[in-house]
Amino acid sequence: MSKAGAQAAAPPWDDASISAIRRDMLRFARMQLRDSGAAEDMVQEALMAAMRSAKSFAGRSAFKTWMFAILRNKIVDHIRASSREICSSDLVGSSDLDAGLEEFDVLFKQGGHWNPDDRPATWSDPEAAFEQDAFWQVFDLCMNKLPEHIARVYTMRELLELETAEICAELGITPNNCFVILHRARLGLRECLENRWFQGESR
Amino acid sequence: MKMMNCKDATRLMSERYERTLSLRERLALKVHTAMCRGCSNYGLHLDVLRLAARRLREGCEGGER
Ligand SMILES: [Zn+2]
Repeated sequence: MSKAGAQAAAPPWDDASISAIRRDMLRFARMQLRDSGAAEDMVQEALMAAMRSAKSFAGRSAFKTWMFAILRNKIVDHIRASSREICSSDLVGSSDLDAGLEEFDVLFKQGGHWNPDDRPATWSDPEAAFEQDAFWQVFDLCMNKLPEHIARVYTMRELLELETAEICAELGITPNNCFVILHRARLGLRECLENRWFQGESR
Repeated sequence: MKMMNCKDATRLMSERYERTLSLRERLALKVHTAMCRGCSNYGLHLDVLRLAARRLREGCEGGER
């Protein structure tokens, strides 16, 4: 690794680049593991695996994307291994499954139409929100407000991009349960983002 | 056919990311969202959630720093 020929293409292992990337990797890992210790370990392992590889990059963002792909694979492996150890009923017990599901029913009136207060409003410029660190802090907070088993299924689906069939199999739940959980996650996350971010912006 | 309500519409809008909706479901959803501002916004917001997840996955939240 010491005799890297193309300096411009070598990974930016300087402290500033790495600490910025590391912070974002930690956020990504924490959203899925909900265990800071495990998240730290996972990020550390991903960094070490990346450093062992002598790959070169076209630019900083290509490098970052690659680091995230390594981290994602580590987390997927971790989830696959641990869901085999842990009895799936601990993960998504049948009573757990229903817990936190009814709370979203309050969004709707009898008859199933939106409560006026909860009716989705117009969100102005989400792309601009993505550029702000404050938005991601709110996003983080909203993820953390979801019941744990709901957040787990959601992050497996959306952040790790596992297929619904695999998630069901790993967690020992039916596809229909999986759909319901993902639906609740989206309802909850959307509601929270609107209340804590977009509402203040667009009005 | 019974008119779809918002609760059912939001469920279908989520499920369309997970499975192919039937023609009947797609039509009912289309009719509902054409008339319901809340649900048509909801559909847009789910796309925003998707985009946000992609940003997180690719490590590009907050732009280049
Ligand atoms: Zn509606």
